[in-house]
Amino acid sequence: MTTRMIGEPIPRREDPRLVTGQGRYLDDLGAGALQVAFVRSPHAHARIVDIDVTDALDVDGLVAIYTYEDLAAADEAGSSHLSEPLPLLIPHPDLTHPRTAYPLARDEVNHVGEPVVMVVATDRYVAEDVCDRIRVNYEVLPAVVGLDAAIEATHLVHPDIPGNIGAHMVQERGDARAAIAAAPHRLELDLEIERSASMPMEGRGVYARWDADDRTLRVYTSTQAATSVRAAIAAKLAVPIDRVEVIAPDVGGGFGVKVVHPWPEEVLIPWAAMRLGREVKWTEDRREHFISSAHERGQKQKVRVGFDDDGRLLGMEFQVWHDHGAYTPYGLIVPIITTTQVLGPYKPGAYRGEFWSLYTNTVIVTPYRGAGRPQGCFAMERTMDAIADYLGLDRTVVRERNFIQPEEMPYDHGLVFQDGRGLVYDSGNYPALLDKLKALVGWDSFAEYAEQARAEGRRVGIGLACYVEGTGVGPYEGAHVRVETTGEVVVATGLTTQGQGHQTMLAQIVADELGVPVERVTVTTGDTRRFKYAVGTFASRTAVMSGNAAALAARKVRAKALRIASEALEVDPSDLEIVDGVVRVRGVPSSPGAKTEIPLSTVAVLSNPLRYAFDAEAARATQFAVGGSSEEPPVAEDDEPGLEAVDYYSPPRSTFAAGMHAAIVETDPETAEIKVLRYCVVHDCGNLINPRIVEGQIHGGVAQGVGGALYERMVYDSAGQLLNASFMDFLMPYASEVPTVETDHLQTPSPLNPLGVKGAGEAGVIPAAAVFASAISDAEGFAITRMPISPSELFELRERFAAGEIPPLRSRSGHISGEGRFVRAKEDSR
Amino acid sequence: MKPPPFSYHRPATVTEAVTMLDELGPDAKILAGGQSLVPMLNMRLATPAHLIDINRLDELAYVRVEPEGVRVGALARHADVEHDAAAGRAIPLLAEALRSVAHPTIRNRGTTVGSIVHADPSGEMTAVLCLLDGEVTLVSRRGERTVPAQDFFVAPLTSAAEADELATSALFRRPTGAATGTAWMEVARRHGDYALCGVGAVVTLNEAGALTTVRTAYISMGPIPQTLDLTLEAIGSNGDWRAVGEAAAAQLEPEEDIHATARYRRQLAVVLTARACRLAAERAERARRAAPSHPTGGAGRTGSGVEGER
Ligand SMILES: Cc1cc2nc3c(=O)[nH]c(=O)nc-3n(C[C@H](O)[C@H](O)[C@H](O)COP(=O)(O)OP(=O)(O)OC[C@H]3O[C@@H](n4cnc5c(N)ncnc54)[C@H](O)[C@@H]3O)c2cc1C
Repeated sequence: MTTRMIGEPIPRREDPRLVTGQGRYLDDLGAGALQVAFVRSPHAHARIVDIDVTDALDVDGLVAIYTYEDLAAADEAGSSHLSEPLPLLIPHPDLTHPRTAYPLARDEVNHVGEPVVMVVATDRYVAEDVCDRIRVNYEVLPAVVGLDAAIEATHLVHPDIPGNIGAHMVQERGDARAAIAAAPHRLELDLEIERSASMPMEGRGVYARWDADDRTLRVYTSTQAATSVRAAIAAKLAVPIDRVEVIAPDVGGGFGVKVVHPWPEEVLIPWAAMRLGREVKWTEDRREHFISSAHERGQKQKVRVGFDDDGRLLGMEFQVWHDHGAYTPYGLIVPIITTTQVLGPYKPGAYRGEFWSLYTNTVIVTPYRGAGRPQGCFAMERTMDAIADYLGLDRTVVRERNFIQPEEMPYDHGLVFQDGRGLVYDSGNYPALLDKLKALVGWDSFAEYAEQARAEGRRVGIGLACYVEGTGVGPYEGAHVRVETTGEVVVATGLTTQGQGHQTMLAQIVADELGVPVERVTVTTGDTRRFKYAVGTFASRTAVMSGNAAALAARKVRAKALRIASEALEVDPSDLEIVDGVVRVRGVPSSPGAKTEIPLSTVAVLSNPLRYAFDAEAARATQFAVGGSSEEPPVAEDDEPGLEAVDYYSPPRSTFAAGMHAAIVETDPETAEIKVLRYCVVHDCGNLINPRIVEGQIHGGVAQGVGGALYERMVYDSAGQLLNASFMDFLMPYASEVPTVETDHLQTPSPLNPLGVKGAGEAGVIPAAAVFASAISDAEGFAITRMPISPSELFELRERFAAGEIPPLRSRSGHISGEGRFVRAKEDSR
Repeated sequence: MKPPPFSYHRPATVTEAVTMLDELGPDAKILAGGQSLVPMLNMRLATPAHLIDINRLDELAYVRVEPEGVRVGALARHADVEHDAAAGRAIPLLAEALRSVAHPTIRNRGTTVGSIVHADPSGEMTAVLCLLDGEVTLVSRRGERTVPAQDFFVAPLTSAAEADELATSALFRRPTGAATGTAWMEVARRHGDYALCGVGAVVTLNEAGALTTVRTAYISMGPIPQTLDLTLEAIGSNGDWRAVGEAAAAQLEPEEDIHATARYRRQLAVVLTARACRLAAERAERARRAAPSHPTGGAGRTGSGVEGER
């Protein structure tokens, strides 16, 4: 019997290769290619007065220098479109003032790191030497840095965009303001989350080869969206799309930043390769990644809630000021997600979500793992804690009372989600998740532990946070499954992989559907030569989208295999099964060579009628060996040769995964150092395809969550210089900073897709900031309203708390009614 | 992140090295472990025309216990010093502080003398050298000289070493007194990061167990490592180490940076001074009790650093 593969925690088959240095990342390719470096803007906001390359021209090894003028000239001479701004990838009617960058700056630069001049040389050393000698004269303009400056709008990022406002959007269900006004209790919270970034270990990179004889362009790029990069390159460079191949080789992490496309370099490098008739490559270095890729997270928020005596939400108004940086190529995805996913597992009563998406003279902001959800989760979970504290209730009780109940599924929030579809939760069991979390972390016995710790002079605190994550957004993904004549099964899907273990997960699905050993299945992702229609890897969508597409395609192949085998064996297809790669009559013991079974490899040969027996397998399947009607054409009219199929999965809307995290922290009473004592995760992503991979995704997500909550931030000065643009000062946590993650799972299948799965890729990171804020507040006795938090900041908050500038939590100060209030929150009760 | 062109030189002897330094002039830089210099080259923050690689100068690859203390040759890696058993017995503070210097992979290449010459005021070994009244031996074509720690650190990333001088060794002096204890404490953002504040302490007791000296040295608390003599404060405070910490912090003027406010750094100085002094005093007391002159008798004289925290 073939053991069922779906649900098995088999080891990731990509690991032996990747962990022994056999990976082929972008910079491992194209050893002989010319290399590119860029002169990037040293100013956050400036007009380019003049570019002088005279000093650079005699550097040995220089091949070419390009500026915007060269792009314009090329457009004029040919039919390329490089002098136009890069595409606005996701337009939205509320994005009234979109703006995208030019591939190379035209007249003006809007953030430090914006590419101004491209240099091609024999190697990167020479290219950087040339960059050093190019003089760009700038007229420096006032920089808009940070949300306060953006809102104030004393200066504008783009002179024709009033108030620095790219978009203002409101979504409302019911009359939230009226519901809040009429509620027995009200609270108001001012919150803030700072910037961080995806920070994959491998930065971006592009390597292009133009074959002038064949007139084909092959581009390798470290991307999350190969098919879409292909379309963009074809359009921008005016090459027939049929002549463009885009391949994502091994990609050393993406986390969102590589889903943006085309990056300037993704059109410029192929352009240079065509122009020069040489292979050209660019590998981003870490400083470039900090100042010219993308960031996320930065928001200010205001929450107003009205609730009843039991802590049930009656109305909620959520306002967000979202810093989207200098340009908006990725539209409004992040703030839309924040203002919809803020609702988490709760029924908000009437709800009004509103955001302003604002320009600043900083690096662009596009989705980073979690994509706006961590901010939304932070807002809602801080609110839940505030309500609990206000009413003197346990924090889990308030949450429980607001949960959507399992019997209320599917639950329609009456809002529009990031995919333009309804925010309708398909399934979930939030009370069961909370029970599991409380048991896992020992919620009910914590008070006793805290008491003990306090007696020893230690400060400990516990916190929790809940989230719901819309995963597997459409529009579609597809997969191609083929059984080779060797019996090997090859699978291709168009979306890309960045280390998640897709090859393993997809192989498990196909192995199960086809009835072949998983070792015989090989998966290719992100190679447009193999699969041309795809959307990309983001929004925890691969298992849901490509997973289901692969299952559907495999089912087609299976049906075809049974049909062919049934003819060969003269048995009804419904009497056949496929076990271990052999089609056989159900209930008949295996007996190789008998007329009761036929290997899939032979079926594959039969599917492609051959005259010639070129090996033993084929000999067994020639026309005289298997017979068949001599009246029918060898390939029936509605049939095709080959044992293969393509299918697509396109869901009506997203499927909603959920999870809850709890942490126990200890804060040093003297040094304000924050130590994570325990970190617990319960998680529901529907049916588990490979529990080990899901655990790994959770661990990685938690590690990034710890980074975002306790270590990482982008420190800009008022002139727009990023002060910590290196791994020395941007504090990505080491293994020594990441706690052991304790996990438990619930499996509530999605009714929306054949496999009943939901996405798991981003989950781990979403609630971390909220969990730590909750736990640190609990340890300290005052509310944390701004994340991330460092020991220095905690110390400063303690000083302010001691000076009476920050109110205590009511549960600590002992009074439940009267003057108590949440930090910086105004409330009135009557 | 690629360095501009430079010429590479690899002398085989100290004499050859100093001749090159002299002939190539101020545009030449010594390359030791490269853990500070190479990043600076790659970021084009340093653009020397010549690199003189001293990694073949085997004569400088030693850690030696001398009557006065421990002498570390210019090619001894941090890890060599950290794991040298004799040096550890002589001055336990060396290994204790070194465990806070970056991570093992960096300690495998970075040299202790290099980190002293580099004169980063956040480098642990600069403060340890000051605390232990150490000195640096410099050699040039002009001859050899020895600079005491107190005069060696001039400004951030600037030492008393002249452009034509090669530092050949650093001497860390063994603390003297009837019984001594030492300790190193620091707070860093992540394990192995440069500290927000780091404190080394030396406490000496007389035979009767009374404090005779309390000295501390600090990293990340000023433009150069800061050394304080807190003997009077410690005797006056009568075992209240927190008060000693307050007195110490009052003499320091840390600056704010992106990781910590000046006020927080001062708080760390208070707390870490108290903790380091208390631990050093406990170790000194243990050493005193273990000393041969003590009724209960023992061998060691200097408190071990094994239970030191990071
Ligand atoms: C990630 C990371 C973290 C680190 N964390 C810490 C830390 O927490 N604490 C800490 O103290 N250090 C830390 N370091 C620095 C490390 O200790 C370095 O090794 C050390 O500072 C310099 O030693 P080196 O041998 O590598 O010197 P190099 O980098 O080779 O040289 C540094 C400078 O000193 C000069 N120089 C070196 N040797 C001599 C000599 N014999 N004579 C004259 N001039 C010389 C060089 O010309 C150069 O200017 C860290 C480094 C890294 C990469």
